[in-house]
This record gives sequence, structure tokens and C-alpha cells, in this order.
Amino acid sequence: MTTIAAHASSPAALGQRRRPLRTRLARRTWPFLLLAPSLLMLAAFTYWPIVRVAWESLHDKPHGTRESLFVGLGNYSALFADKAFTQSVVNNLVYAAGTVPASMALALLFALALQRSTRFNAVVRALLLFPSMVPLVAAASLFFFIFLPGVGLLDHYLAKLGLRGANWLGDPDIALWSLIGITIWKNAGYYMLFYLAGLQTLPGDVLEAATIDGANGWQRLRHVIVPLLAPTTAFVLVIALINVLTQVDHVIVLTKGGPSNSTKLVLYYIFEQAHENFAAGKAAAASLLSVSFLLALSVVSLKTMERGAHAAS
Amino acid sequence: MKRASLVVAALMAVTAFLWSTPFLWTLVASFRPETAGGIGMASLVPDYIPTLGNFRLAFESGDFAVYYLNTAIVAFGILAVQIVTISLAGYAFARLSFPGREPIFYVFLLQLMLVPPILIVPNLRTIVDLGLYGSLLGVMAPYFASAFGTFLMRQTFRQIPRDFEEAATIDGAQWWQTLWHVLLPMARPGLIAFSLVSLMAHWNEFLWPLMVLNEPSTHTLTIGLASFALSTEGGREWGLLAAGTLLVMAPLLMLFAVFQRQFVDSFLFSGLKG
Repeated sequence: MTTIAAHASSPAALGQRRRPLRTRLARRTWPFLLLAPSLLMLAAFTYWPIVRVAWESLHDKPHGTRESLFVGLGNYSALFADKAFTQSVVNNLVYAAGTVPASMALALLFALALQRSTRFNAVVRALLLFPSMVPLVAAASLFFFIFLPGVGLLDHYLAKLGLRGANWLGDPDIALWSLIGITIWKNAGYYMLFYLAGLQTLPGDVLEAATIDGANGWQRLRHVIVPLLAPTTAFVLVIALINVLTQVDHVIVLTKGGPSNSTKLVLYYIFEQAHENFAAGKAAAASLLSVSFLLALSVVSLKTMERGAHAAS
Repeated sequence: MKRASLVVAALMAVTAFLWSTPFLWTLVASFRPETAGGIGMASLVPDYIPTLGNFRLAFESGDFAVYYLNTAIVAFGILAVQIVTISLAGYAFARLSFPGREPIFYVFLLQLMLVPPILIVPNLRTIVDLGLYGSLLGVMAPYFASAFGTFLMRQTFRQIPRDFEEAATIDGAQWWQTLWHVLLPMARPGLIAFSLVSLMAHWNEFLWPLMVLNEPSTHTLTIGLASFALSTEGGREWGLLAAGTLLVMAPLLMLFAVFQRQFVDSFLFSGLKG
């Protein structure tokens, strides 16, 4: 008993006997002391900015004045009146529709083809994973040359096949699809990892039973494997949606939102308003809308995330 | 059956080749001697005598040594602070009971979704208010706490049997001695996994440093590479751009080659980066 009392601050000694007030107080507070550095940082850079951006989205600082005026939803109506913003929302939706299903489908196919652990498969997996390891900026600068009209890598080899290239980044009808291509190339291998892990958790006897019942490869995939992988799919979907909203490095390097706003994504719009146009109100309003989207996604997916993390680990 | 799996293997080999062409081109182009008017720059065939000329030019025209140093300061600086904050918080969540533990844990978890890029505008204001604008510390500050790291350390600590700590306590160790000498050494796999993900995320980061840093002397590799790429546009210095890109990617690819297994494991655990 005396040993325990002597080390009252240890969690193992959670106690039976009343200890001096000071010791009890210390034990009450020190979990919070351990959490304090993290909580302080979370407050300063995750929760306070949300409050701040919400407040800023309702205020405006007219040119030449120092104090902010309450403008109600004025910034929001200015935002939706801005053609560049509405186009960035549409672009982001196209970008999501172009990248998410394609990279996830490729990821699943890759995982199915490479699930057996042979040396060949290990090499191919590593090669497919490489693009997700490098900075998006580095990927973008490579594709700078690849997409170069006429002499670039893509046009050079298309010409050898007798095909004509295009102005991959300069044509407003094509540019967004070129960025979509980069994104699929970069993310498919990363999502593949989750499917590889998911496939390993599939119960072998269920697959065997399906085979014995005469299901062919396609039927097993369609009716057994894909449904069993649903938690993995949900988890990857959440990650892919976050990526769609938060990664614009390639836009900054390759197109700057152009030509004629055709590659402007929402976060790039925010960056541009804040950094180049100094339109704080619109930037704040657009930021708050993005935060709301992520919060809604978290509410929907918190269960999914927990289950998915479980399945993946 | 045998035939089908051969077809699949052939298809995957072709896919892997296509997937690797951008890297293959970088490798081939960065060692290619300068050619008149950039003729043959797109070729993937190394039909030349390799030269280091592009790399020398890259070091002359961009301050790559400074960029490397700044990037290393940012990435390792963030990691050093994170290891302290996530170990303490992870320990609290794994081993202590206190009022409000569940809600506070959700305050952490939610940060997994509220990823920093979405908050660049208000965070930049905060950095300016704190007088950190233009400094590497300003780039690092928002990442000093990590929900993912806390979560990972909590899981890791939970898997360690309590017997070890109890033995240490009976020997008269204080909680922090137990944490430092007993728990952290046993939590090494978790710490390594976290370190790899964190280092990679911040080595690769671009948008936030671009907003915070205003002086070329503080620029990181990604910013340096981006301005490099933009200035190459006019000329035909594609070999130079390839060399610059290779310089930025090389440390990561080497790290990946060494720690491949751990990388895969930590990615699977995280899903969300840094």
C-alpha cells in the first residue's frame, strides 16, 4: 500500500485510499497537461480558423477603411454572382466525376490482378505506387513537357502511331481532362493499396463456396467480391473526395485556372481571391462552404472511416 | 487458367510500363546532352553519352542547396514537435481516464477531415498576426498537432501490455520516465510509420509554403521547382527541368526503396496524410 501511495501519480495506482488534496488535484489535471500542446495547436489552426472564416464571411472591409462592416450574406451573394466561382464549382464536379470513379475502378482492377504475392507483382505494385510518392508539383512539371504540343512526349509517340495530338493544356475543352488524367495516374496506385489490404481480409470459404456453386470469375467479382469490399470502397471514396477538394498544386503549375477558367477548381479560386485579388470576403465565404462540405462528409462517413480504418489495418 | 493469368500478367506489365513513362523520360532526359532546338527531347531511348550538365545547370540556376536545407528544416522540424505532442496525447488517450475523454477524442478525430489546405486563408491571417509570415516556422506551426499521429500512438500504446509499466512503477519510475524509457522504445514501429507519412507529406507540400514564404532564401524544393518549371516555359531547357524534377523526387524515391514495407503499412493505417 505504501508503494502505491508513494507513486500516486502513476495510472496503475488508481486508488483505493484517500490521498492528500494536492496529489489528487495533480492527478486530475495532468491528463489535460499532456493534451494541452495538441489541444492548443488544434484550437489555433483548426477550430479558431473556422470561427474566424465564418465571421469574415459575414463582414467586409471596403477599400480605404480599417474597420469591418457587417454585410450579412452579401459576400455569399457576391460569390454566387461571380461567374468564375460558379464555374469553379462546376469544374470541381466534373473533376470529381472524372477522377474518383476511374481511379477507384483502376485501383480495384490493379489489386485484383496483383493480389498474389509474387516477385513480379511486387515490382509492378511498386511501379504503380511511385506516382503517389512524388510531390504533385513534380508530377505537374513532368506533365508540362509530356503535354507540350507537337514536340512533347505524348504527341511525339502519338505521331509514331499515326495519331494527331492536341493542345492538351491550351484548349479549354481538353485542359480539365488533361488534369484529370494526371490525377488518375497519380492516385490509382495509392487507392490500390487499400483494395489489396481489403482483398486479404475476404473470407476464403465464401469465395470457394461461390466457385463450387459454379459462379464464373465475373459473377464472383460482381456478387461476392465487390459487395464484401464495400467498407474499403467507402473508405477510399472519402479519401478521394477529400483529395478532389484539397489538391490544386497541378492547377497552379500547369494552367493557373485557364484557359478561360476551364481548369479553375474551388480551392484554386479561393487561393486566387485571397492571394491575388485580395477579396477577403469572397475567399472567406468560399472557404466556409468548403469546410461545411467536409463537415457534412465527416458526419456521413465517421462510421465508415472507423470501419474502413479497421478493415485496412 | 494458366493462359488467362499469363494474359493478365502481360497486361499489367504493359500498364506498369505506361505508368512509369513519365519517370523513365525524366531519367533519360536529365542525362541527355544539350541538343540543338530540343530535337529528340521526347525520346525515351538513351541514345547518347550521359552527361551531368543538366544537373550542374540546375544547381547554378536554382538555389537547390538552399531549397533542400529549407525543406529538410520544415519536414524534420514538424516531425520533431509532432513526436512530442502525439506521444503525450496518445499516452493520455491510451492509459488515463479523465472526464470528457470521449468528446475530446472526437475533437481530435474531426481534424482528420478538416484538412489544412481548406483553411489556408484564415490560417495565413493567424500566421501574420503571430508575426510568422515569411518564416519557416510559419510553414510548420499549423502541423504541430496531428490527429492521425495521436490516433496512431494511442493504438500503439494500447497494444503494449500494462505489465511493463507496472514493473517500472514498482521500481520507482515517474510517469515520464516510464513513457520515455519503456513505452516509447516499444512503440517504435508506430513512430516509424508515422514519421514516414509525415515526412513525405511535408516534403511534398506546395500550396501552404507558397502562401507563407515570400523570400527566395526561404523557399522550399516544391516552390523552387514550380518557379523553375514556369521559367523553363520560354526556353527549351527541358533537360534542365527533368534534372530539377529528379533532384526533388530522388530523396523520396530512395526513402521509399529502403522503407517500402513500412511505407505500405503506414499508408494503409493512415489513409489520410500527415
